[in-house]
Amino acid sequence: MYSYRGRYLVIDLTTRTAEVAELGHSLLKDYLGGVGLGTRLLYERCPEGTDPLDPGNPLIFASSSLTGTMSPASAAHAVVTKSPLTGLLGDSLSFGNWSLSLKSAGYDALVITGRSDTPVYLWIDDDYVHFRQADGLWGKGASETSKSIRSQAGDGRVQVAAIGPGGENLVRYACISNDGYRQAGRTGCGAVMGSKRLKAIAIRGTQPVSVFDGDEMRRTCAGLYSRSQAARKQNFRGLGTPYNVMLLNRIAALPTWNFQEGAFPGAEDVSGEKLADTCLARVVACPTCPLGCEHLYSASHRDRDNSNIETALDYGSLSALGPMCGINDISTILKAALLCHSHGIDTISTGNAIAWAMESFQKGILDRNDTDGVDLAFGNGEALLQMIDLIGRRAGLGSLLAEGVMRAATVTGRDSDQWAMHTKGLELPGYDPRTMKTQALALAVGLRGGYYNRSSSYELDMVHILDRMESQTGWGKLNMEQEDLAAIFDSLITCKAMRDSFTNFLPEAAGLYTVATGIEMSAGDLRLAGERINNLKKVFNIKHGWKKADDWLPPRLLQDPVTFRESQSVVLSPEVLRALIEDYYTARGWTSEGLVPVTKMRELGMADILEEGNS
Amino acid sequence: MERRRIVCDAKLCTGCRLCEFACSLTKERQFALELSRIRIVQAGLGQTTATLCRFCRNLSCVNACPRQALTYSADTATIELDKGRCAGCGWCIEACPFGAMVLDGRTKTVAVCDVCYGLSEPACVELCPQKALTVQALNKA
Repeated sequence: MYSYRGRYLVIDLTTRTAEVAELGHSLLKDYLGGVGLGTRLLYERCPEGTDPLDPGNPLIFASSSLTGTMSPASAAHAVVTKSPLTGLLGDSLSFGNWSLSLKSAGYDALVITGRSDTPVYLWIDDDYVHFRQADGLWGKGASETSKSIRSQAGDGRVQVAAIGPGGENLVRYACISNDGYRQAGRTGCGAVMGSKRLKAIAIRGTQPVSVFDGDEMRRTCAGLYSRSQAARKQNFRGLGTPYNVMLLNRIAALPTWNFQEGAFPGAEDVSGEKLADTCLARVVACPTCPLGCEHLYSASHRDRDNSNIETALDYGSLSALGPMCGINDISTILKAALLCHSHGIDTISTGNAIAWAMESFQKGILDRNDTDGVDLAFGNGEALLQMIDLIGRRAGLGSLLAEGVMRAATVTGRDSDQWAMHTKGLELPGYDPRTMKTQALALAVGLRGGYYNRSSSYELDMVHILDRMESQTGWGKLNMEQEDLAAIFDSLITCKAMRDSFTNFLPEAAGLYTVATGIEMSAGDLRLAGERINNLKKVFNIKHGWKKADDWLPPRLLQDPVTFRESQSVVLSPEVLRALIEDYYTARGWTSEGLVPVTKMRELGMADILEEGNS
Repeated sequence: MERRRIVCDAKLCTGCRLCEFACSLTKERQFALELSRIRIVQAGLGQTTATLCRFCRNLSCVNACPRQALTYSADTATIELDKGRCAGCGWCIEACPFGAMVLDGRTKTVAVCDVCYGLSEPACVELCPQKALTVQALNKA
């Protein structure tokens, strides 16, 4: 077998045992790797009714066919588990040297089940798996944990993925960090890891990766590297993703004050341009990425210790910790991002949860008794930082916010669900769907809850492929195609930032897959794999309690207008959204109730799933 | 042959490691980053550059070898290894101040950059997306 390892490692933390299981060609071809393979393994191993924080919920790390090769922006892994936020499929990607180590240790995936009595960390040295005591690491941040394990090992080849205090404290949107500063951020995989009392996974992988046709791979990749330099230079290499701040602000799609508005008066102060002018330290790349979009910023912050902040910041984090909470001070946002990283909690969910609390405070639903005296007004940077710390430690109001906005609003009541900005329990990202109709559909039907990255449908709205203020029949199909493409990117794995570097993605990516693995793959096969993966995600969700009502948007987006160009106000009506969703179900070949018919599953070659008695 | 070496402009380097992938594919026919003759080193967060043989005049690696497995060839202007003589003892690795010698743990032999002798352009230089790597000619004298 080329590139793939043909096997995965199953680790049971309860019994402290590890065993190797085989992976066949056909399953790998059908589900590719990454998110696809992870979803498939999760489907097999997560029984109906499993609570996400139960020992029985498998935590899966999946590598892929292109990972470990020179294929551009491929050094990644997917984390797949039943999400503690949504109770449905949770998947998240991260990039870095840890991903390369997983592959070079000789596994296509790690499946971790059970729960340890006491804190442990795993030390995987190629074929050897050690369970090591982690009492001394418990309570430390991910970056500190990584440093400590690596220095103890005394070998720079050791790479570490770890949770911070947020994961230990079961914050429902805790993340898993690798390489000290990269995160598998969304859907709360860090809380699942914390529930297993697993602090970290250290890997030393030393086995080379062989590909089927190295010369052809080199030719194809050289072309992609050079095209990547022309494409998207401005967005990614130039200002980085914070480039989006001014762009979205202009089109009234920059969520402000918890989605009360779509444009922020302080946008210029927190823009990519401002960041580049005042505090950009360096631009770096993940391994194998020819683009390099990771912008590292450095600033001093006027607080108790007048600390110097050094951190990466992407648009998603910036929007949630900035305009969403009404913050217009860059150094506060950088400090907030750094604080989220050291607690190991997702910046987007954190900012969104605090914005919900700020609005509740504004409306008098929460008062100073609830906030331990903190003036939780929009724009109060000091309050933002205090809240992040409380969430990470699950102290005071932080304990409520650590549950995510959906649960926090349910507990709080008094109509506070009206401004709980989530779908399926996953806090919404920084793209206001009222002025982006395809994005509205994508967020409503999103298979892992409200997020843009599993469809990238906002692209259609932003590049004027269609009129983002309108909605028409046929957009359901467009969203489906975008979702299937995203599933292919997430499973191959290739970072979506490489999108524009391909001239014709499907045939080129299928070609890359074949030169890596030696397995025949046509453009049609690959497209079908994307569709199959998304259908499997849906079947998983149905099995775990998805209801049609879950495919919907928060009330605010369907009632309150957003001001656009000062005079116009834009609202997304329930009728429009309903029509878009119906159009999408039809395009997918699903029933009007959003269920996957048996015929569809047969058509996609998912008969083996049916045999297990699901329909 | 004129002495040459590959140098990295740290201001352009993003630490993507594609040079390591290119090197190991060219020299080992597979992706084995540990065997790459060029290596990305990191000083602090985001402070990266590539290091490899500087073709220094001291030839500390050659002088340190107890079995005369390493020699400097003026014809190719590279350090040449007699694999049969190399025992993988690691003395050259300790002697090199630039960390340029690479040990292959499986064959117990070492390897070092030869500026892709015989190719029109070294693989890492050709493939570096940021054009951070260049071939530098060293004066003869």
